[in-house]
Amino acid sequence: MVNYDENGTPKKNKLSLQIDLSKFEPATEEEKKQQDVMSKSSTFFKDGMRKLRKNPLAMASMIVLVLIIVLIIVAPLVIPYGYSEILSVNGKRDKGAKNLAPFTYSKMEQKYIDEGNYRFPHVFGTDEQCRDYFVRVIYGTRVSLIVGFFASLIVLIIGMIYGSISGYLGGTVDLIMMRIVDIIYSLPDMLMVILLSVVFKEVLVFPDGSILAKLGTNMVSLFIVFGLLYWVGMARLIRGQILSIKENDYVLAARTVGAKAGRIIRSHILPNCLSVIIISTALQIPSAIFTESYLSFIGLGVQAPMPSLGSLANAARQGLQTYPYKLVFPALAICLIVLSLNLLGDGMRDAFDPKLRR
Amino acid sequence: MARYIIKRVILAVLTVFIISAITFFLMHAIPGGPFNKEKALSQATIDALNQRYNLDKPLVEQFFIYIRELLKGDFGVSLKNGREIGQIIGESFPISARLGFTAVAFALVLGTILGSLAALTRNKLPDRIIIFFSTLFTAVPSFVLATLLLLIFCIQLQWLPVWSTQTPNYVLPVIALAAYPMAYTTRLAKTSMLDALDQDYIRTARAKGVAHWKIIFKHALRNSLIPVITYAGPEIAYIITGSMVVETVFTIGGIGSQFVSAITNRDYTMIMATTIFLAALMVVANLICDLLYKAVDPRIKYD
Amino acid sequence: MDNYEHLLSVQNLHTAFTTDNGTVQAVNGVSFNLDKGKTLGIVGESGSGKSVTAYSVMQILSENGRITEGNVVFKGDNITKWSEKQMRSFRGKNCSIIFQDPMTSLNPVFTVGNQIMEGIRLHSTQYQSSPKERALEMLKLVGINEPEKRLKQYPYELSGGMRQRVMIAMALACEPDILIADEPTTALDVTIQAQILELMQDLQAHMGMAIIMVTHDLGVIAEMCDEIIVMYGGRICERGTADEIFYNPKHEYTKGLLRSIPSGANMKQRLIPISGTPINMLNMPKGCAFCPRCDSAMKICLEQIPDEISINENHKASCWVNIRDEQKKEKEAVTT
Repeated sequence: MVNYDENGTPKKNKLSLQIDLSKFEPATEEEKKQQDVMSKSSTFFKDGMRKLRKNPLAMASMIVLVLIIVLIIVAPLVIPYGYSEILSVNGKRDKGAKNLAPFTYSKMEQKYIDEGNYRFPHVFGTDEQCRDYFVRVIYGTRVSLIVGFFASLIVLIIGMIYGSISGYLGGTVDLIMMRIVDIIYSLPDMLMVILLSVVFKEVLVFPDGSILAKLGTNMVSLFIVFGLLYWVGMARLIRGQILSIKENDYVLAARTVGAKAGRIIRSHILPNCLSVIIISTALQIPSAIFTESYLSFIGLGVQAPMPSLGSLANAARQGLQTYPYKLVFPALAICLIVLSLNLLGDGMRDAFDPKLRR
Repeated sequence: MARYIIKRVILAVLTVFIISAITFFLMHAIPGGPFNKEKALSQATIDALNQRYNLDKPLVEQFFIYIRELLKGDFGVSLKNGREIGQIIGESFPISARLGFTAVAFALVLGTILGSLAALTRNKLPDRIIIFFSTLFTAVPSFVLATLLLLIFCIQLQWLPVWSTQTPNYVLPVIALAAYPMAYTTRLAKTSMLDALDQDYIRTARAKGVAHWKIIFKHALRNSLIPVITYAGPEIAYIITGSMVVETVFTIGGIGSQFVSAITNRDYTMIMATTIFLAALMVVANLICDLLYKAVDPRIKYD
Repeated sequence: MDNYEHLLSVQNLHTAFTTDNGTVQAVNGVSFNLDKGKTLGIVGESGSGKSVTAYSVMQILSENGRITEGNVVFKGDNITKWSEKQMRSFRGKNCSIIFQDPMTSLNPVFTVGNQIMEGIRLHSTQYQSSPKERALEMLKLVGINEPEKRLKQYPYELSGGMRQRVMIAMALACEPDILIADEPTTALDVTIQAQILELMQDLQAHMGMAIIMVTHDLGVIAEMCDEIIVMYGGRICERGTADEIFYNPKHEYTKGLLRSIPSGANMKQRLIPISGTPINMLNMPKGCAFCPRCDSAMKICLEQIPDEISINENHKASCWVNIRDEQKKEKEAVTT
């Protein structure tokens, strides 16, 4: 039974399920927009950083690394011992300060303290040449991090330039350049590294007092070796990226508007490769540190007296039974650095790799 | 197929040749000659060396003579103790081979099993434990692990004897050597298994009514092994270089430790011969892996 | 078991996925029936929930998806309540599916023969002793030449059209009652598309199975289907025979779709695309899913999901515009 009101419209029965006719008015644009809620948009970078922040291991690693970096900058300023300084008390060589356990003092030092003086504690003890071990480990860490960073930088720069040129130009140039890469790639890298290090050790002679001499031939040879061999992976990666991006329509669009090659590479291609580049470099650093400490362990690393975590570990093999701490500290340092870098690199890859989706 | 194998073999030979050349010329680039370095060698020794290594001939000719002798099995003479290098290699290589093979097998097999297990129990306890330990071990270089193991198990706890020819205990050296490759393989196997499980053909198998375990062991596993086998080549290279330090730390008389002492002693003839030998080994290993890989993945392009 | 009304009856199906960003309601109350020997077409754009509906029937959803509400009744049995073991014998035997991309849907490391025979060995009582013969028979049936040779080949060695035929052979080897085709021709060339569709129709005539055709291609739908369902935002907008849908579309979405594709009718005119962007399934509106993009949107569309009303015996639609027009007609009928 339908009741009608004045207009002849069916009256809305309180109990009926009939719809309120006013609702049949057209909806306005704003009302429609309210319904159309799109998910929050954000840039690729922000998205990645957000994901990274949610990763506890990566964040912890970042904190650890920052702490380590702060430590290696600050500690040498605080600790009164040099890395090659043979401990002496009141100007006299302290022969008894050999292989001291952590936080102990030699007889001479003890006497010195008893006389009312302050002697900075040997946090990690001393080594067989009466040098403070903590400082040496700190400097060893410095060496590792610097080598790791700069080696990766060299790899990045050379690889990027080589790869971009090869990828962008294509054709015969690309073919030849990639053949060269293939040849270098097929060489057993560690053997070549060792070989080159051995040779450079003898061959490279630097004028005394120059920066290069300070670094030591081995350090320089390490960089040369990295520059010669390790960039190929990065070059291939970049070239691959460029090849795939080159075909994309937005590059074609840029070319149609007349953009020059350099600009195209800079503004369109490289930003897209950025995530791949960052991830690859982040994972290259621990690998470089690995290589450096390995070489140092077999005696081809930085020159004494400059310590390297690898050479410290090697030296600790003598007297391992009696002074185990001499091995433990540099070993822990290496593991900590490499682990943090690996975790951070992994975290970055999980966060920034566009191919990874959950 | 045969053409492919032949091409690969030729490439391998070429690579070894290039490496030999690089090694040879680098060694001879050392000023003062590698053959009359610091040691005050007697004139007779110098003459013997000259004769043996044809040092009076032009360099390139020396190279080809060297190669010729190498192929005949004559590796030259150690500068350190005058012994035939060929003999030294012959004695020490079997030890290294035993160590190396065990480590490779360990790393590959155990790594694949653990990695697949981690993939299958994703985000549950086994996965977390496996990933925890494998992440940890990818951060420990072989020489660090070797020295630590030596310290803890041989010296402090005295559970295992130090290696000698009378007590050839390979447990610790294998662990030290295989730890990193195994950890890496585990993570690789997990990722590739997860990848495989994500593929469309797995959905097809499910849609056909194939049982869960069969999907994993038949359909996914074979595909997930492909990246693992691809890694086998670099893994073997790692183990060869790793054996150098592991043997040194555990005082095992293998070819690796011989190499390291040659470096320390500047025994250039030894360095040269050993480098070429090890490089050849790596190239052969890579070749085998290459062929194996193509056998597993039928999407081969016989270029 | 033997007395059932429809071969397949999907009742108020709801399927959801849990993702990092929240729960996605991919299917929101879908109901339809399928009878023996008939072809049902499910049409919609990407993200409309059509594929998920099909996967829900077979319960081959990915790990983070599940049926949250509703029933799927096959020959009288409610298979949503079945165990995994029971489902396994359902899949491949009572109901098969072919997918969009035959290259990735076939396992690259096994031969074609191996993959076809796998299903036969699993399910078929009839051909259990001679799976190879059955496989060959199926290859011939789907029109693949040199079947002996093909049996030993790997997927990458075949062309796209041939691979899809292999998929079909694999799906039909155990004579299922239902064949689900999820965008079977999208990845193929146009000429091959026609061949595959023709093949499917021939096989249906030959073997008598029912087909569910999931696609976004209206042309394909028009060719083959007895009944068509139009989906948007996980819901059914409109359903009916091909004639009804194409010549008498009632839902605004369907009308929009038909306006946006080239056809004989609008050859000289500009194509009118549907404005706006596809719906974000994480944030479903309270009312009609299509509302934000609809030119005829009304206030009520924002607030309530429209009921489904019958346009005629072959045609139903869920649209407030239709309901309003119905009521107008009713009112006019009363006042005159």
